[in-house]
Amino acid sequence: MLLIHCPYCQEDRPELEFRHAGEAHIARPENMAEMSDEDFERFFFIRSNPKGIVYERWRHIHGCARFFNAARDTVSDKFLMTYKAGEPKPDLDGEGK
Amino acid sequence: MRKYSVFAIAREAMRGHRGWPQQWPSPEPKKNYDVIIVGAGGHGLGTAYYLAKEHGITNVAVLEKGWLGGGNTGRNTTIIRSNYLYDESAGIYDHSVKLWDGLSQDLNYNVMYSPRGVMMLAHNVHDVQVFKRHIHANRLNGVDNEWLTPEKAKAYCPPLNISREARYPVMGAALQRRGGTARHDAVAWGYARAAAARGVDIIQNCEVTGINRGPDGAVTGVETTRGTIGARKVGVVAAGHSSVLMQMAGVQVPLESYPLQALVSEPVKPVFPCVVMSNTVHAYISQSDKGELVIGAGTDQYTSYSQTGGLHIIQHTLDAICETFPIFTRMKMLRSWGGIVDVTPDRSPILAKTPVSGLYVNCGWGTGGFKATPGSAHVFAHTIARDEPHPINAPFTLERFRNGRLIDEAAAAAVAH
Amino acid sequence: MTQPFRIATAGRLGKADPVRFTFDGKSFEGLTGDTLASALLANGVHLVGRSFKYHRPRGMVSAGAEEPNALVGIHRDAARRAPNVRATVQEIYEGLNAVSQNRWPSLSFDIGALNDLASPFFSAGFYYKTFMWPKAAWERVYEPFIRRAAGLGEAPDRPDPDCYANRFAHCDVLVIGGGAAGLSAALAAADTGARVILADEQAETGGALRYETGAMIDGKPGWDWAQAVAADLVSRENVRLLTRTTGFGYYAQNMVGLVERLTDHLASPAQDQPRERLWQVRARRVVLATGAIERHMVFPDNDRPGIMLASAARTYLNHYGVAVGRNVAVYTAEDSAWYAAIDLKRAGVAIAAIVDCRPDPQGPHVEEAQRLGIECLTGHAVNGTGGRLRVSSIKVGPISGGAERSISCDALLTSSGWTPAVHLFSQSRGKLAFDAETQRFLPGQTVQELVSIGACAGSVDLEETVADALKAGHEAAGASGNPPKLSSNSTERWSGGMLGAGEGAGAESTAKAFVDFQNDVTAKDIRQAVREGMRSIEHVKRFTTTGMATDQGKTSNMHGLAIAAEMLDRPIPDVGLTTFRAPYTPVTFGALVGHGKGRLFEPVRRTPMHDWAAAHGAVFEDVGQWKRAWYFPKPGEDMHAAVARECRTVRQSAGIFDATTLGKIEVVGPDAARFMELMYTNPWQKLGVGRCRYGVMLREDGFIYDDGVVGRLAEDRFHVTTTTGGAPRVLNHMEDYLQTEFPDLKVYLTSTSEQWAVIAVQGPKSRDIIAPLVEGIDLSDEAMPHMSVREGMICGVPTRLFRMSFTGERGFEINVPADYGCAVWEAVWAEGEKHGACAYGTETMHVLRAEKGFIIVGQETDGTVTPHDAGLSWAIGKKKTDFVGMRGLMRPDLVAPGRKQLVGLRTRDPKTVLEEGAQIVADPQAPVPVPMLGHVTSSYWSENCGHSIALALVAGGHERMGETLYVPMPDGVIEVEVTSTVFFDEKGERTNG
Repeated sequence: MLLIHCPYCQEDRPELEFRHAGEAHIARPENMAEMSDEDFERFFFIRSNPKGIVYERWRHIHGCARFFNAARDTVSDKFLMTYKAGEPKPDLDGEGK
Repeated sequence: MRKYSVFAIAREAMRGHRGWPQQWPSPEPKKNYDVIIVGAGGHGLGTAYYLAKEHGITNVAVLEKGWLGGGNTGRNTTIIRSNYLYDESAGIYDHSVKLWDGLSQDLNYNVMYSPRGVMMLAHNVHDVQVFKRHIHANRLNGVDNEWLTPEKAKAYCPPLNISREARYPVMGAALQRRGGTARHDAVAWGYARAAAARGVDIIQNCEVTGINRGPDGAVTGVETTRGTIGARKVGVVAAGHSSVLMQMAGVQVPLESYPLQALVSEPVKPVFPCVVMSNTVHAYISQSDKGELVIGAGTDQYTSYSQTGGLHIIQHTLDAICETFPIFTRMKMLRSWGGIVDVTPDRSPILAKTPVSGLYVNCGWGTGGFKATPGSAHVFAHTIARDEPHPINAPFTLERFRNGRLIDEAAAAAVAH
Repeated sequence: MTQPFRIATAGRLGKADPVRFTFDGKSFEGLTGDTLASALLANGVHLVGRSFKYHRPRGMVSAGAEEPNALVGIHRDAARRAPNVRATVQEIYEGLNAVSQNRWPSLSFDIGALNDLASPFFSAGFYYKTFMWPKAAWERVYEPFIRRAAGLGEAPDRPDPDCYANRFAHCDVLVIGGGAAGLSAALAAADTGARVILADEQAETGGALRYETGAMIDGKPGWDWAQAVAADLVSRENVRLLTRTTGFGYYAQNMVGLVERLTDHLASPAQDQPRERLWQVRARRVVLATGAIERHMVFPDNDRPGIMLASAARTYLNHYGVAVGRNVAVYTAEDSAWYAAIDLKRAGVAIAAIVDCRPDPQGPHVEEAQRLGIECLTGHAVNGTGGRLRVSSIKVGPISGGAERSISCDALLTSSGWTPAVHLFSQSRGKLAFDAETQRFLPGQTVQELVSIGACAGSVDLEETVADALKAGHEAAGASGNPPKLSSNSTERWSGGMLGAGEGAGAESTAKAFVDFQNDVTAKDIRQAVREGMRSIEHVKRFTTTGMATDQGKTSNMHGLAIAAEMLDRPIPDVGLTTFRAPYTPVTFGALVGHGKGRLFEPVRRTPMHDWAAAHGAVFEDVGQWKRAWYFPKPGEDMHAAVARECRTVRQSAGIFDATTLGKIEVVGPDAARFMELMYTNPWQKLGVGRCRYGVMLREDGFIYDDGVVGRLAEDRFHVTTTTGGAPRVLNHMEDYLQTEFPDLKVYLTSTSEQWAVIAVQGPKSRDIIAPLVEGIDLSDEAMPHMSVREGMICGVPTRLFRMSFTGERGFEINVPADYGCAVWEAVWAEGEKHGACAYGTETMHVLRAEKGFIIVGQETDGTVTPHDAGLSWAIGKKKTDFVGMRGLMRPDLVAPGRKQLVGLRTRDPKTVLEEGAQIVADPQAPVPVPMLGHVTSSYWSENCGHSIALALVAGGHERMGETLYVPMPDGVIEVEVTSTVFFDEKGERTNG
């Protein structure tokens, strides 16, 4: 069971309080109606699924109920950092492992 | 290939079993092959076997980064069934069940396919509706699947708790009698031995690090930890790691990889005659020939390549097992382990050509790929050999995520209302 | 004489009380503090089990958790039967009842032992090579036979009456293992004030000090020191000392699973006392002090009862006061085993010989053995053993060649050295490093916050172990400065050792030299696997099953690996090491389940009216976690009759229905309407305050996700309802978009599902029923038309009163604070009875809505149905430029012709009720696979229509009105006509009727 730092509560809490919410930094396009089928596929279905650092969303569902983002190494399952929704994607190339 | 039989064993017994040949050699990779299969699991080895047997393509290498059969083939709970809802799914899984029946003889390797019946439990009215829908669709597709009352379900599987006082009482079950289990290692080894006997090179400890493409964009071969190997056709069959490999060729796939755990109990004398699955309480259980209760857990909620998962997932699974089979509370967990499953948005596999000429992919089996091993390998070999899908796997394209023609077995299981 | 092998002057049980127990029905006496193994040995019993494959007689090999052979069933009573219990771990209690396993008819005469004679056939992996002809025989003959032969103990055959507990804990330092190293580390950590948990698998801490008589720590004999430290630690507030507690699994981020055994050693545990307790400990730092496990020697016939590990014999003697024989031989490649002979000899037991395969072992132990007059045969090997149910002799010869002689003995102690117990370290994902000089895998690079100390880290020196441990404990607690010091030394040596097959079990040997005792894997099986092309140790393991028994290869894995490496002519690390997997020792399912069974398996959600419904005879159904009243049978009514009556009554007068389980979400804020526009297909901006609308929610891919009636209470406030099962995910879905996609919208979302009880009153008399109870709301059609909502009072309680209908009748849904739900229900019921109303359940609700063609999400839809498919195109705001799912709906396959669409079906024979889930075809004569057009989603007998009704999803269904289709059933084909989905009151006049 992972231990996750909620950037809103500023607490390390057990995974049971959180709900994973998929890959982060996939913004819903403003002009949905004009998207091509290919763009819609990329937006809705394609995921980077990296072996290494993943940027992902979590929700502190049994806590503050906020969605936030995390950078985690999918090989070791170690969190590199968590940060609030809306904050820019950190540049962590070369970290992890 | 020296034939296995009771007579061969008797002969070998006389000389201390020193005369057995290697089941498969471990050759050095050649410079070039007609076809390279990436991933020596059951699906990959089977593909190589059928390429050789059915299509006469024997200049084939199967590359494996670890040891053959060491991925999900050797980590799953070996459930075999074909009572899927949609015609497309029933088509491929039942093709597989037909091949399971007779696979030992075909490979001259006892894969211990044991059609002991797979029973799926219904715990509420919604489950009953969904299972009946499956049963009717299966019947019209020629797939066996029958409805059992709780009493009949208990007669088929005596440890089952059918008390009305249970938290989620059993309201009935769908039974596929041809469903069952097989010995996972033997499947990998049997295909490896039979493929090697037809000239296929199985190269272990050879990790693919790149997929090479020529000026026209077509595949020319692969980079590996043991050097460059050429091939005009490359089939990627690397469950769990499919995203990583496909990205090497610049192809993005709709997959996410999750940890999936399983466990076995200590071995006991026969107590559990069939396979039982309950999607509602998340319990999947059978008893192996060795006597261990083999129990499948759910996936963790986050993506991972770590091949480990949380203890709470196992606890949740055992909660369900002991609720459904209360006599097992005093049994002991002997060993638990994790695998990586790659999951598609519609929970159906991708078994198809890719936008890259000469590159083929077989992935996205999620938690249920073992049962499909022979069928998947058989039609994937066809797809590679003919450069066009077999009618059975034609619907399992990459394009369906663009046009919306999904084969949504997950939705078919539906959400509770 | 009882306990003939008990030596009064040896051991620590002293004048402990005698305890009576039975083994295979025979009564024995032991002492309080004995394990089943030590007590049986005290009575001269070595034969306790039969091996898995060959059914060879077997005795205790060890004195601890690594035991491969001595597995028994413990039958406390008929319901409390545990198979495969290690006799070396099980403590005895008065009346303990143990039975041997895997033998028939008896332990000493086992028919299954015929397998041993046929063993040349049963070589590694033989079953992969045969049992294939004739094909059908595998299933009918071979497999059942193999299954009966396999397995060990018998599974319990009735539910376990015991309970189990489960705790989470946090600490600064978690120490696993309470030997010299673990105690020292815990002491040093505790001294800093840190929160410390120390877990040890035995009944008392002390570890190897239990038998290592030469150890002195802090001026005391090692064991005495250990007990003093344990007492000291127990007295400290910042320390929790857990005995009989095994650290079995090391998980991510320093979460360690411990299992504490609480009652298995007690004669009569209290009824409510948990049998075991699972601890999930999150530790800042973990100190692993898990010790080392002694290996046996691999030589021909090394498995007879009476052949055991040297350290085990020392434990039985020095701790339990039991001699494992009267004439004991030793066969070793390692120094520590010499002390076993020395201790036994000093206790008065004859030592037949010490055989050491090393040419010239040196040291005080050699001198002492010689001084005691023990025959020491160095450079010799044991080439075989004799005896049937107990070892009676060994064949010994010089390794350099020469005459072999037979030496009589009744026990043989062996040691080939020590394997550091790196299981938990490896589980923590730390990298193991192979030390070529000592031929051991030792902890290498760590990945988590942990440190390994003592024997599990490779230390063979007590002084070094204690000093390292004190330092590790001090540092693990985060303290600076110098760690405490303790004087310590041991007169004993732990050096030497060998891996793999010994003399007589080499490549040319055909003898049975066992590597893995329980699974009957011999050195030649491993060689055969390599010969057959198994090059990875994982393949060797799976092909031979070595290391896969209940002991998971604790004593055997390194031997197997060494034999494979030798055969492959490659260094050991190249061949690999099988992965260490949790659990370290088997863990009872019950401990992992804890409280999560029966009623607590999953929470039961009940509405405030649940008890009323139960008292009025309701039958309940499970919907998600909810218990919902399904129907209310009167005496003598079956479900069909009850539902028919309820359906009639609602449409004739009225019915009262508990709709509390519907999800409810309050959407509030200046941008609430804009937010609703994005979340639902419908338009909301122009919905008037006090009005309601049926809303459809999609996923981004365009498929129906949820639905429900939404009321607008104010410009900035919506009362949203969801399906019963959908409430949490709909709120999550809304929150997701609100927080991450539309964070600029000023909206708050609050789940109010639990706050409101909902009483639906439906039927022509509904207004008459509620009118006397409602205050401050004008209920006239003009003032409160269909699909409107008002706030006011009912029975003196504030209410949100909806005028809405899921039945097609005039209807109201009364929302009141949940605490008042039952009281208001009873008041409504009292009024209802005056008008001949009934209470109705979910089944009637389903029938009535189906008569009107209203869908149920999850029944008419399954995640592949669009609003168009479901006939809900009208619910999509035509002028909207965005809502979740709008783009998904435009995808090619979602607008393609031939999609499955919702229609009604009427059977030719009005009495025939279709089966839900039945498939619909155009040509029932078509051969298999029969092309299917769709399926029946809902089907009922409609009492009000006087015929059966059904809803179905049918390919191109909207174009098929009036067509005849077929529903093929196993017992015949049913003809149906495609109709509108509305079967009753097609004009919809009754909502105002």
